[in-house]
Amino acid sequence: MFVINCPYCGERDQQEFKAGGEAHIERPKQPTELSDDEWAEYLFMRKNIKGVQFERWNHAHGCRKWFNMVRDTSNDEIKLVYKMGEKPPLE
Amino acid sequence: MKNKYSIFSLIKNAFSYHENWQKAWKDPQPKKEYDAVIVGGGGHGLATAYYLAKKHNMKNIAVVEKGWIGGGNTGRNTTIIRSNYLWDASAGLYDHALKIWEGLSQELNYNVMFSQRGVMNLAHNLQDVRDLKRRTHANRLNGIDAVYLNTEEVKKFCPIINTSPDIRYPVLGGTLQRRAGTARHDAVAWGYARGADEMGVDIIQNCEVKGIKRNGDSVEGIETTKGFIKTNKVGVVAAGHSSVIANMAGLRLPLESKPLQALVSEPVKPVIDTVVMSNAVHAYVSQSDKGELVIGAGTDDYVSYSQKGSHQIVEGTLNAILELYPIFSRMRMLRQWGGIVDICPDASPILSKTSIKGLYFNCGWGTGGFKATPGSGDLFAHTIANDEPHKLNAAFNLNRFVSGDLVDEHGAAAVAH
Repeated sequence: MFVINCPYCGERDQQEFKAGGEAHIERPKQPTELSDDEWAEYLFMRKNIKGVQFERWNHAHGCRKWFNMVRDTSNDEIKLVYKMGEKPPLE
Repeated sequence: MKNKYSIFSLIKNAFSYHENWQKAWKDPQPKKEYDAVIVGGGGHGLATAYYLAKKHNMKNIAVVEKGWIGGGNTGRNTTIIRSNYLWDASAGLYDHALKIWEGLSQELNYNVMFSQRGVMNLAHNLQDVRDLKRRTHANRLNGIDAVYLNTEEVKKFCPIINTSPDIRYPVLGGTLQRRAGTARHDAVAWGYARGADEMGVDIIQNCEVKGIKRNGDSVEGIETTKGFIKTNKVGVVAAGHSSVIANMAGLRLPLESKPLQALVSEPVKPVIDTVVMSNAVHAYVSQSDKGELVIGAGTDDYVSYSQKGSHQIVEGTLNAILELYPIFSRMRMLRQWGGIVDICPDASPILSKTSIKGLYFNCGWGTGGFKATPGSGDLFAHTIANDEPHKLNAAFNLNRFVSGDLVDEHGAAAVAH
C-alpha cells in the first residue's frame, strides 16, 4: 500500500485513486489526416516502461481531479506529482 | 537418450536410494551461433523450443532465461485450464491447447497431473445469465463442451457454495466445461524442458538478454550476460517484460504490464473438487492436490514491474470468496504473490511476426496464459519455422491494432481479464 499526494487534497490513501495510464500522449491535431498506422500508434501502442514513467492519475474518490505523476514502475516509488497542463519535468 | 519414467524405473531407482536418477536437462554454456533463440524459459518458451525441435526439425536452437526455468509466472499461477471462449478465433486457439493437454503427459513421458475436474463459471445478475447462455451456445457451435446450470444444479455440482438469494451477489446460475480443469504448472515447464533437451535444445539459465542486434530490418543476434549469440531468428516469450525486450529492438507493443495477485491457504482435506470462477465478483478458487485452496485475485490498474500488488485487491477477492463460501471463514492464508502480466487492449494474445525480419513475439497473454501453454508453443513454433502464422493464430497478429480487427475477449470471456 502506498500513499499518494494529490496536488489538490494532499496525502491520501492509494485506494482513493484510479490510474489513467501513460501521460502526455497528445491527441492528433488533424485526426482526418491520420494513417491507420498513426492511429494504431496513438490508440494502442504504449511505452510500458520498466523504470521512471510519466502517468495520469485521477483522485476518483476525492476531488475527482486528474493530475500527473512521475513514478518508478520497478519499485512503485512515486517521484513527483504535478497538475494537468503543467510541463513534464525534464529529469 | 533419456531414460523412460515408469513404475519400473521408479522401483529400480529405489534400490539405489534415488541417488542415480539421470539429469532431466543439461546446463550448457551458449554456443556462438544458433538457428533460432527463444527468449524466456517459461512454459510457453520451452514448449516453443520443444515443438520447433520435434515438428520442424530445428535442433540447433537455444532457450535463454534470465532466472531459472519456470521461475516466473509459469510457477506462480492458479493452473486453470479451459477453452470456453466466446469468439471463434479464441475458441480455436484455446481448444487447440486443451486437445494437446489431454495427451501431454503421455507425449512428454512426464506427469503434468492434468486433471479434468471441470471449470464452473458463475452468473450473479441477469446480464451474467444472458452472457453465459450466449457463450454456452457459441462454445457448442465451435465443438467445445459447455452446459448451462441453474442455481440448484450449481449447488449440486459444488455443495459448499452459498446459493442463498439473500447474499450481495446471489448465484443465479453458471456454466460448466467438464473437459476443463487444472495441471501441475512446474511439471509442465520441467516436462517440456526435459523433452526439448533430449532433442538437443540448449536450455541456458541465468542468462539475461541485454540487447537485440539488428542489421537494417533483420535480426543478427542477441547480446546477453553470457556474451553475444548470433542467430537469424529470435522468438520472444517474455510475458510481463515483453515491452522491455521490444524496446531493445526499437519496437513498441500495445501492452501494459500489471501485477496480478494470487494466494494459497493452509492445506486442508478435500473440500472442493472442481474449479469455480466468478466474473462479477472476481474471485476464483480450486484446491491443489496438497490440499491448499488456490485463490486468484485481480490485477491492479497501474503499470508495475514490482511483483507486488495492492492490498485492497486481495481484500476485495477474499470478501467475495467468504460470501460465496462461508465455510472458509477460518482458513488461514499461507502465502500471497504478485506476478507481472502483459495485457493487450483487447485482452487477447499476440503470436506474431513483427516489422523486423526474424523477430517474433508471443506475448499479451495477460491474466490467462497458462491454459494455452502447449497450443501457444505449437503455434509459435510453426510461425517461427515457416515465417508465417498457422491458421489458428493468424488472427492474433500485431497488425490487428492497425487494421482494427481486434479479438475482443474483454468482458466477453468467462472471467474478468
